Formats: sequence, C-alpha cells, structure tokens
Amino acid sequence: MISKLVTGSGYWSPLLWLAFLILFTLIGYVIYSRGNPSYKKESEQVKPYLSGNAEPSKEKIQVRASDIYWGFIEALKEYYKVLQAIHTGDVRDYILWYLGVGTVILFLLVGGA
Amino acid sequence: MIEHLPALIIAIPLFGAFIAPLFKKKQSIAAVWAILITAITVILSLMLMYQVRLHGIIVYVFGADKPTIVLPSGYKVPIRIMFEIDGIGAFMAISATLMSFVGALYSYSHVKAESGLEKYYALLLLLEVGILGMVLTGDLFNLFVFLEIAGIAGSALVGFRNYRGEASEAGIKYLIVSAVASLMVLFAIGILYGEYGNLNLAYISRQVSLSTLDMIAFGLLFASFAMKCGSVPMHYWVPDAYTEVPAGINPVLLVSTYASLYALFRVSFTLFANVSISLERVGWIMSVLGVLTMFIGVTMALVQKDVKRLMSYHAISQTGYMLLGVGVGLTVLHNSDALAEFGRTAMAGGIFHIINHIIYKSLLLMTAGALFYVTGTRNLNEMGGLARKMPITTLCFIVGAAAISGLPPFNGFASKFLIYESSYRLNPLLAVFAMVTSILTLASFVKVFASAFLGPPLEKFENVREVPRPMIVAMVILALLCILFGLFPDVVLNKIVYPAVDALINVAQYQSWGGLA
Repeated sequence: MISKLVTGSGYWSPLLWLAFLILFTLIGYVIYSRGNPSYKKESEQVKPYLSGNAEPSKEKIQVRASDIYWGFIEALKEYYKVLQAIHTGDVRDYILWYLGVGTVILFLLVGGA
Repeated sequence: MIEHLPALIIAIPLFGAFIAPLFKKKQSIAAVWAILITAITVILSLMLMYQVRLHGIIVYVFGADKPTIVLPSGYKVPIRIMFEIDGIGAFMAISATLMSFVGALYSYSHVKAESGLEKYYALLLLLEVGILGMVLTGDLFNLFVFLEIAGIAGSALVGFRNYRGEASEAGIKYLIVSAVASLMVLFAIGILYGEYGNLNLAYISRQVSLSTLDMIAFGLLFASFAMKCGSVPMHYWVPDAYTEVPAGINPVLLVSTYASLYALFRVSFTLFANVSISLERVGWIMSVLGVLTMFIGVTMALVQKDVKRLMSYHAISQTGYMLLGVGVGLTVLHNSDALAEFGRTAMAGGIFHIINHIIYKSLLLMTAGALFYVTGTRNLNEMGGLARKMPITTLCFIVGAAAISGLPPFNGFASKFLIYESSYRLNPLLAVFAMVTSILTLASFVKVFASAFLGPPLEKFENVREVPRPMIVAMVILALLCILFGLFPDVVLNKIVYPAVDALINVAQYQSWGGLA
C-alpha cells in the first residue's frame, strides 16, 4: 500500500511524487549531458572580467545578506517602520503588550459570559 | 515497572539532574551522563505512548496504595496529585525526550570549550523534567510548579554564556516574562480553587460554567500561555532567548515553548470544554492570533542579518500554523458535521506541525550553531562560500530549509498541506495567509543559503573545517526524521498525531480519568 496523506478534500502521495521527481531528474540529466561541452573550469572562462581588469577580492564581490531583497524591503518601508518601532527590546514593553492583549481577551470572553 | 512509567519518566531525569553537578572535575562525563539519561527517557516515552495506545488514558496517582486509585474510599472528590496521560500528553512527551537527547548529543562538542558544564547538563535535565511534568500532569497546581521549573531552568540556560552581556540580558528578560506569566497562571488557578475547592484538571473541567469568574480565569490562562508560546504580539522574548541560548539547548527550549502551547490547548479543549458558546469565539481568537503570528514572524525574519535571530523569528512564524490549525478545530468543536469534515484534519495539521517544526527548526538552529562554531560570528553579512568547507552541514541546512518552507516531500509540507486544505473550509483568507507565509519563508531561507553557503570562498575562512562528529550525528538524525516524516506522513499521523487529536476532542474520557471513576 502506497503511503497517502488524506486531507478530506483529496490526497497526496509522497512516494509517487518522489518517483516522478526521480524520473524528471533523469530526463533533465540526459538533456544536460547532451549540452555544449566547451566550458573549461581551469581557463579564463571562470574569471569575472575578460577585459583584463584586475579581479577585486572575494570579500568585495560577495553578495551580502543585507543586499538581498533590498527592493522588497524598500517597497515595504512604511510597514517595516511600524514593525521595527514596536520591537523595542525593552522588557517593560513586553509586559505592557501582554497586559494589553490579556485585557482584550478578557473583554472578549467576559463580554460573552 | 510498567505501571510506574509515568513516575519514572520524571524521576530519572530529575535524578540525572541532581547527579550531574558531581561531575564537576570531569565535564565530559557530565555530557555522557546527560546523553545516557536522555536516551533512557526517549525509550520510556515510547513505552508510554505504546501503553496509551494499548490501554487508553493512563492515570497515575501519587501517594495512593495503588497508582490507579483515583478517589480514596469515602471521598467524592480527588485529593491526591495525579498524572493523567492521554494521546496528546504522550505525543508531547516523545517530542520532549527526543529533543533533549538530540540536544545533549549536539552539546557534547558544541559547548566543550565552555566552563561550568556540570551545571549546563543539570539544567538541561531539569528543563526536560519541567516540560515532561507540564505535559503529563492532571493537576493544575503541578502544571504551575513544572511551568516554573521549566521557566527557571530555561532562563538560566539562556544566560549560560554569561560572559556575553546579551546572553545575560536575554536570560533576565526570559525570567521576567516567565515569572509574570506564571504569576497570572497561579492567580487563575487560585480563582478556580476558590470556586471549586480542587486542583484536579478533570474534576474542575466538569464543574466549570459560564460565570464571570471562570471567564476571567480562562482569559488569564489563555493570555499567559499564549505569551509563553510566543504568539504575536507577545512574542518579543522569543528572538532574544533563542538567539542567545547555546544551539544544543535550542531544541529543548523549543519544546518548552510548545509545552506552553500544549497547556493552551489543554485549557481550551479540556478545562473549559463545557463553555461551548464561548469556544467558537476562542477558536477565532486563536486562529486570528495564528495568522498574525505567522505573517509578522516571517516578515520580521526577512530583514534579519543575525542567522539565529532570523531563525528565531521563523520559530514565531511557525507557531502561527499550529495556532491556526488547532484554532480552526476549536472553532467548529461543537459542530459535529464541520468537525468531521475539516475540523479534525485542521487539528491534525496543527498538532503534526508541532513535532515537524520541533524537528526541522532544531535542525536549522543547529546548523546556525555550526556556522557560529566554525566562523565565530552569527552575522550573515560576514559569511560566504561555506558550502565547500561544510558539505554535511550544508546538506542538513537544505533539508531543514526545504522542510520549513513546506516543500515536498519533506515533513513541513505534510502538516502545512493539511492546514491549507482544512482552514480554507472555515475561511479562504486563512489559507491564503498561510500560503503567502510559506512563500516568504522560502525567500528568507534562500537569503541565508545564498549569503552563508554560496558565493566565492572567502580568504578568512580558508582553514575552516566541518564541525565535529557528535554535532554532525545530531543534525543528520534530525535531517533523516524530516525526510522520513515527509515520505510516510500517514504512519506518523495514525500512530501518534490522530490519537493526540482525538484525546483533545473526546473530553468526556479525560473527565472520567479514562473511565476509572
């Protein structure tokens, strides 16, 4: 019996998915192996600049974590401004939030009692 | 011996914790001792689950002639301390013991250079005792006592590297937050004790009504446990604590957080099961908190540069899925048709996600610990090209990242799939938020992978090597579990998850101490 994850709306078979994944990986490998073999690892092909410019140090050409998703964060600047403002790191604020949320929950529950 | 399993599973790690300080002069023996003790508790928890599956709810009464005597002769109310272990309690016990074992194994090398390790391992074992007590007890006051044990041991471990100012600060913050939450829990227990003159969970759950006092107690318990499990907007302590705690303790601290989530579920489903009108409202509160938690957690994670802090925000985000899944079940708990159609599946998704998340998040935090171990920094901006130097850690990270992002065929996909398909039936927006969160999670882990593992090999990491073997073994165990739970989700669901879900739904059996009285 093949392993199935039944959800009530349908099912998911991980082993069947895996079988297809292996099949498509094999097809992909066959296509890859028939590609152009002229790429050479130990040649000038791997250098970042073919113009003759000096190669900068690895540290300088590295893409840093802060650079990734820069546009996304810039687009949501206002959202992050609010979010970062409430993450104060002050333990008194942590307790205030707890008291605030606790009060709202109490109002919701006692209001329905 | 079998009939004393519930007592042994607490007594053995407690004994281990008190013996550990004796190994002050031979700290590596303290590590081996902790590994041995936690391995024994794994076996005991598996035996406990087997017994629960075989015989149903296990009731263990302390101080009685026979451990199964619930009511002393001539009494009409239970007066003794008792453990009441059903499917969800046994499920949580397995999670706690497994993660304690993996954490102890990882710590063997990870904290080898630190001093005071006999205290470290004693606290680790005490933390395990606190968690196990919380999930096995059938008594409200004991729940408070074990909550305190877990809170104090946890905060001491968060501040373990006290030569770092940030660690001490995080430890104190965790202690304050835990103390305030525990105080309010104690206050709520006091209200219930004043009303019903008893502390037994099953007994009180039969007496609870819709009175204002009961609702105040419910609100206090709900808010306190919601804060302790890191629900937004009471999650601020989580990144501080998870970032500063040594990586070997992360798995245990994670389970400790989910022991509070378990308490939240226990209070909502069992203690206040009679309050059917309000339960739908509580279910919606839980679901909305879940959506907020997952979305705010993941968006905060995206902008982090500290690898452990980033993963800590993801821990918050993933807690949202559990709240959502179980919240959907709670909303339709008294609607038998909806419960059968999608409520039970949603709860299974939420509960399954607890163990899945414990596994893959522990794995990811351990890979972050491995990065810190070899580079001496947690700043992603300063890392790069480490995949060549740390191939096994890289593979483990890929498995963990794929699992947390809900990519098939890993375990995270299985539980998220259940949550998507069932929460959609309550309100499509809930499922939309859950899916968007998964996409953002994937984006966030692509960032970690690209900045820490990919890129050109940096000169400063030229002499870096793969982490020691015990750390690798701990990570590989968890990576394999991610794959196995993903490939055979039905086995895990049928053996441990659905029994846990049914234990929460079938409150009548819990209220009668498994039919003993």
